[in-house]
Order: sequence, then structure tokens, then C-alpha cells
Amino acid sequence: MSRAPALPSGRWHAAEAIPWLLAIACFFLFPGYRVLASHVFIAALFALSLDLVLGYAGILTLGHAAFFGLGAYTAGLLAAHGWGEPFSGLALAAAVAALGGLAVSFLVVRGTDLARLMVTLGVGLLLYEAANRAAWLTGGVDGLSGVAMGKLFGVFPFDLFGNAAYAYTLAVLFALFVFTRRVAASPFGLSLRAIRENRARMPALGAPVERRLVAAFTLGAAIAGVAGALLAQTTQFVGLDTLAFHRSADVLVMLVLGGAGRLYGALVGTAVFMVAQDRLAGIDPVYWQFWLGLLLVAIVFVARGGILGAADALRRRLRR
Amino acid sequence: MYHPGVIGVLFDGLAYGSLLFLVSLGLSVQMGLMNFVNLAHGAFAMAGGYVCALAATRLGVPFLAALPLAFLAASLAGALLERLLYRRLYGASALDQVLFSIGLTLMSIAAATRLFGASQQPVRLPELLRGQLHFAGADFGIYRMFLIAVVAALTAALALLVGRTRFGAQLRAAVDDARVARGMGIDVDRVFTLAFALGSGLAGLGGALGIEVLGLDPTFPLKYMVYFLLVVVVGGAGTLAGPLVAAAILGVCDVAAKYYLPQLGAFAIYAVMVALLIAFPAGILGRRA
Amino acid sequence: MTPALRTEHLTRRFGALEALGDVSLAIASGARHALIGPNGAGKTTLVNLLAGSLAPSAGEVYLAGERITPLAQYRRVKRGLVRTFQVSSLFGGLTVLESVVLAILEREGRAALWRRPVARCTVEIDEAMALLGELRLADDAGRRASALAYGRQRLLEIALALASRPRVLLLDEPAAGIPAAQSAEVFRAIAALPAAVTVLFIEHDMELVFRFAERITVLAGGRVLAEGAPEEIARDRAVREVYLGTADA
Ligand SMILES: Nc1ncnc2c1ncn2[C@@H]1O[C@H](COP(=O)(O)OP(=O)(O)O)[C@@H](O)[C@H]1O
Ligand SMILES: [Mg+2]
Repeated sequence: MSRAPALPSGRWHAAEAIPWLLAIACFFLFPGYRVLASHVFIAALFALSLDLVLGYAGILTLGHAAFFGLGAYTAGLLAAHGWGEPFSGLALAAAVAALGGLAVSFLVVRGTDLARLMVTLGVGLLLYEAANRAAWLTGGVDGLSGVAMGKLFGVFPFDLFGNAAYAYTLAVLFALFVFTRRVAASPFGLSLRAIRENRARMPALGAPVERRLVAAFTLGAAIAGVAGALLAQTTQFVGLDTLAFHRSADVLVMLVLGGAGRLYGALVGTAVFMVAQDRLAGIDPVYWQFWLGLLLVAIVFVARGGILGAADALRRRLRR
Repeated sequence: MYHPGVIGVLFDGLAYGSLLFLVSLGLSVQMGLMNFVNLAHGAFAMAGGYVCALAATRLGVPFLAALPLAFLAASLAGALLERLLYRRLYGASALDQVLFSIGLTLMSIAAATRLFGASQQPVRLPELLRGQLHFAGADFGIYRMFLIAVVAALTAALALLVGRTRFGAQLRAAVDDARVARGMGIDVDRVFTLAFALGSGLAGLGGALGIEVLGLDPTFPLKYMVYFLLVVVVGGAGTLAGPLVAAAILGVCDVAAKYYLPQLGAFAIYAVMVALLIAFPAGILGRRA
Repeated sequence: MTPALRTEHLTRRFGALEALGDVSLAIASGARHALIGPNGAGKTTLVNLLAGSLAPSAGEVYLAGERITPLAQYRRVKRGLVRTFQVSSLFGGLTVLESVVLAILEREGRAALWRRPVARCTVEIDEAMALLGELRLADDAGRRASALAYGRQRLLEIALALASRPRVLLLDEPAAGIPAAQSAEVFRAIAALPAAVTVLFIEHDMELVFRFAERITVLAGGRVLAEGAPEEIARDRAVREVYLGTADA
């Protein structure tokens, strides 16, 4: 019998240390950008959650911010009402977002791409308006203030320079990346990829497709909720924009910019997007919007795999 | 508080709905005929709106004369973009179409902001169309009556075009099954371009007619994207009657919510949207399903 | 003995078209049963109805005596009713090995596990490699399904079905579009199945049909035209007129 070729093994490659070492190095190299960096880590976690839903399970969504916002408001409200312990706040935010994701997933898993797009869009807008109207709870357009965080492990306070936030967000991102990576390499991850490739074929293998998609969507929502909670905790504020449509659109762009369905694409895409946004949008937001639009069109026409996809193609060509 | 009464709400809602319908028609054709999820459709409406507004303010073209210009400009833009870009994505995944059309939307918003500023565009209606008529215990805006009449006339004309002409027959054949239509010797590519241009033109006309009702500023394509999509998805793509009914329902619901439940704001219409989507899941879209 | 698979008045309409009308047939347990008929006769529609990917307009389906008409497709697979597709329906971006390992994991109900990487499912991998070896696909195990030549894709299609360990196997033109030499290979693999496995296969090559089938059902215009042993079918006047007379329908 011939030897079996490689399968998803979950084994770590030495090169995978690079982004994480880089992330640690940035703490010392760019001390003035620690707050920005923590925002990048949060957005990367958000993009990672979308990768599970879109990149792996192939569920097109335009309302992923709903779960980011759910997590943010959960963590924010907890802290504003006296529960400032960060880790339990994250866990509760994940639970609430997961419940939200579970509820929405039943509307999402059955339909076509278009139906999914409409439902996620609708739910996202609905939640935004709900938060907007429920000002007594959320602070409405003014945002939720009075978020008072406790110390990390009861020792490290969240400081203005973002030192604690940097370490905290990076650690949570890494932990959930390891988890997601493991899920992606598992039989469950393989079955999600198969559903993405050919959904109609899966029942003929005896696979309960809808149940798998519900699980993937719920898991993605939970992780998005953690990302939102991180933002609420580290900035000690929750704004309506955590639920805004543009956040759903931006995270989609970050993911496809890096390359969907490969986990690291979420990290690379987010880093490039956020740094470019920081540089360009500061100069002229209208310009930024235009280039962002052009970038999207360009991705669709010339770089479908995003940055990592293009890098793969280049490497293959060089090897030949 | 000013209260227009049930009849007034219905009337305003229908006027609003007829605008939504006019703009959404093109999208319905794109989603039904080309299977294209075009989130940028509102940008063509906006283009028509700006052509109309600028022709009036900068060139002094009267409003009624500027309307055909809006139609022409938007349909030209539609034809051009269809030939250059849209066409390549007809077989592509919904994700690619969404990314592309969001990109196009963002570019149009940025361009409009840069060129015309972020503020609302004013519109000068001719004397003839201003004012109210008062009867049956309610006020009826003359402009809104004009709107409903124009859309009704256009709908009738379109029904004739689709039902009676050669182009209409070709369009119907292509919507039914593009491959079969191609086999019958119909130049489907040309039909696609013409349909796309027509739909974009109608959107442009809707954008121009809508300045008075919907307003016009660079965020227009995003602000109304959901409404246009909803009209098509709930009504069923590729038909004339479906979106008409959906647009009327949506228009009346939206206006009614604004009058009767102002504290809910847009929440009401989004709730209606999600409810409609749940009540009419994917099936209603698929003509063949 | 209870037939492995049985239908009662099975009917399916597409709008005004009745693709399948009032089909009642029984397939004996362990049989090698051929389904033949000209193009458009409703053969694929019948397979879709049996497998559960299509709902009947009327009629019932019984698996080993049990009514399964309302059962979802994947639940029928769990009970051993497995099908292949006339036009290969594969997971283009997955490798051959990944596809087969997934099929095995699904059969075992272990495909939702998330804690262990696929590479450590050694029992399943060994089984998959053995199966691929039998179908002479082992050399392609590491290639993407979309990169395979058409004939190999047909073999993978069958490998996926076999990986589900069918009790009743529905094969929709398993050898369609591949060279005769390879189609013999396909049928050799099918013939090598355990005798207890019931096989219903659609095939246009009459030589193959008469070589492998123990019983034949002839479908035309959505109706059962004839059913019987190969000798009877070969003698049947109506069948000769409608079907065998027309060259390569
Ligand atoms: N999904 C469908 N919608 C409409 N008609 C269909 C569909 N599937 C099959 N048909 C029609 O049903 C008839 C039988 O088709 P099929 O079962 O594929 O025949 P066969 O497999 O015997 O060639 C054909 O006329 C075909 O056009
Ligand atoms: Mg067939």
C-alpha cells in the first residue's frame, strides 16, 4: 500500500512563529503605537471569527458586527454595573454572542447566498437600531460610558498607554487563534471546507449540513463577541459603531485582503488594512474611502486569494 | 403634532413605494436575469440625481427637462460599466459580486463627496408641481401625485415593452433560461447590456425624481441599499408585479412607522424587513423554485 | 423476503411535466439490478427520489420494509442507502484522500469532532488508502479532486459512495463519459462488492448491462415499460421497439 499524503495535521511550522514574534517585537519597537496595535489585534480576532464563518463554512454575511457589538455591549454593561473582572466578562460576552449567533444561524443556514446576505444585513441593522433606541441601556448615540474595568489578574490596571491592553489583547488573540487553528485542522474543519466546496454533495455522505453550519456560525459569533468585549474593556467605552454596517463591511475587506480560508489571512489582512487606514484616513477620509473601493474591485479582478494567495502563487512560480 | 390621517399616510407611502419600485426594477432584472447581486445599484440612482440637480443649479435646465438627462446619463454609465466590468462577474460567486459592488459603491460615494460636497442637494420644482390638493379630508402633495402618475405610466410602458416587443420577448426568454435563449439564436450578451442600461437608467430617473422625497447626498447608495434589495428579494427577482407589491408594502410601512411610531425610528422598518425575510425565505426569490 | 428497496406509485412532476409516473418496483436484497431507458426516461429522477434529494409528488419509498419517504437524504445514507451522481459531484478543493477520509468519518459519525487533527485519524486514513488502492486511485491521493482527469473523477465518485459502506447502492451511470477500458474497471469494482450489498445501476452500454445485471427494469417516458430477467427483457417486443431499437439512446 502506498503511503498516505499529507492531511491537515495541526502541527506548527517554524515560520508560523514570525507573526507572533513580530507582534511582541512591535511592543518595544513602536511604543507610541501600542493602543493602535491592540486595536489591530482585536480586529484580527474579529476577522478570524469571520474566517471560520465565511472562509471555512462559506457563509456569506454582511452583518457579522452584530455579534461583535453584542459582545462589546455585554462586557461594557457588566463593567458599567460593577462587574469589572475582565476574563469573566469575556466569557459572558462570548456566551451572549453565541446565543445571538445560534438564533440567527437558523435563519442563515438554509437559504441561498442572497438570502443569507439579506438576513445578516437585516439582523445587523435591526440590532444597530435597537441599541440606538434603547438609550436608557446603551447610552444610544452617545455611547456607553462609565465602563470601569478591574485589574488584569487583580494586579495590572488598564493604563492610558495601552501596555496592559497590548498584552491582554495579544494573549487572547493568540489563545483563540490556537483554538481556531485546531478546529480548522479537525474533521469538523474538514467537513466545513467540504460544505463550502460542494454543499449539495454533503448529504449524500450522510452529513447533517445544517447542524454543522449552525455550529460554525455560532462558534464564529462567539469569537466575534470576544473581540467586541476586548474593545469594550480596553477602551472602557462602547459606541454604536461596534454594531455599524461599516464594521461588518470592513472586516469582510480585511479578511479577503489577507486571503479567506487560511487563518493567517485574517491576521495579515487586518494588519495591512488597519495600518493603511491609520496612515491614509488621517490625511483624507474621502481619499481612503475611494482607495478602499478600488482595492475591493482589484481584489475581485486580479487577486482573488488576497495577499497570502498572491504570495502562494508567487512561491509556486519561483519553485518551478 | 401634524397628522396626515390614514389616507394621507397611505398616499405618502404609495408615492414613496413607487420611487422604490422605479429604482429597484433594474436591480430586479440584474438579480433575476444575470444572477448578479449588485449592491452598487443605488449609485446609478445617485448619479441620475446629481445629473438632474446639477443640470438645474449650474446650467439652469428646468427640472422636467433634466429628468430625461438623468435617465440617459445613468443608462450610459450602466451600459459602460456592464461592458467593462459587470459582465466578467456574471458567473462569479456571490462573494465576489458583493465585494466588487461594495467597492464600486464606496468609490462612487467618495467621488460624489469630492466633486459635489457632502451636503444635501437642493431641487427646484416647477411651480406646477408645488403645493397641495385638499380633498376627502386629507392633503395630497401635487408632486407626490405626479410621482405616482409617472411611475404608473412607466410601468405600463414597461409592461408593453416586455410583453409586446421583440426585445421584450428576448428578455423574457433570457430570464427564463439564458442557455436555451442563446441556443435559439438570441444575442443574450446584447440583451444583458440593454437590460442593464435600461435598469440603470430607470434607477437614475428614480434618483432624480426622488431628490424631493428621499433627498440626495453622497451616502445615498448605502442609505437606501437595503430598501432596494428588500424590494427585490421580497418581491421576487425578474418579475414586474412582485417588486411592485413589495415596494408598495415597504413604502407604506415605512411612512406609517414614521408617523405612528416615531420613537422606534428605523427599527420598525428593519423589523418588518426581517419578518418579511423569515416569512418569505429564499423560495420567493427563485422563479423556478 | 423483504425487498431491500421498494417503491409504491412513486410520481414526480416538474410543473406540467410528469418526469416519473406511478412507478412501483421492488429490488431484491443483494440483487444486481439494472435500470435502463432512453435519455429523459426519468432514471435520474427515480434515483433522486430514492436517495431523498428530491421529494416525490406522490408515492412512497421503503427501505428494508420501512417507510422512508419523509426521511432526509442524510438520514437515508446513515441507514445504508447511498448513491452516486451521473455528473461527478466532488469537492474540488479537497484532495482525494481528504474527500474519502471525510466520507469515512461521516459514516462513523465522527466528522463533527474538533479536538483531534484529521492527520491523527489513522484508522480512517488506512481504510481510505486501502479503498483508493482497490480503485487504483492511490497515486492520486494527494491531488485535488478538481485536478483529476474525468475518468479518475468517476472513480473517486464511486470511492466516496463505497466509503459510506452502502447496504443499497444506487449508481447513476457510473461509467458515463469514460473510455471502455476504464468502464470495465469501474464495473469490476462494483462486482467485487460483498454479495449482501444491493446494487441498482443505470447504464447505457447493453453489453455491460447484460453482463452484470440479474434483473432489469426498463423505464420510458417516466413509466415502467418492462421488468424481468435479462433474457426476458432481451425478448420483450415493446422494449426492443422503444429502447434497444434506437441506437445508443
Ligand atoms: N429539476 C428538474 N426540473 C425540471 N425538469 C426536470 C428536472 N429534472 C429532470 N427533469 C426532466 O425530467 C425528465 C426526466 O429526466 P431524468 O430523470 O434526468 O432522465 P434520465 O436520467 O432518464 O435521462 C426529463 O424530461 C428532464 O428534462
Ligand atoms: Mg440521467
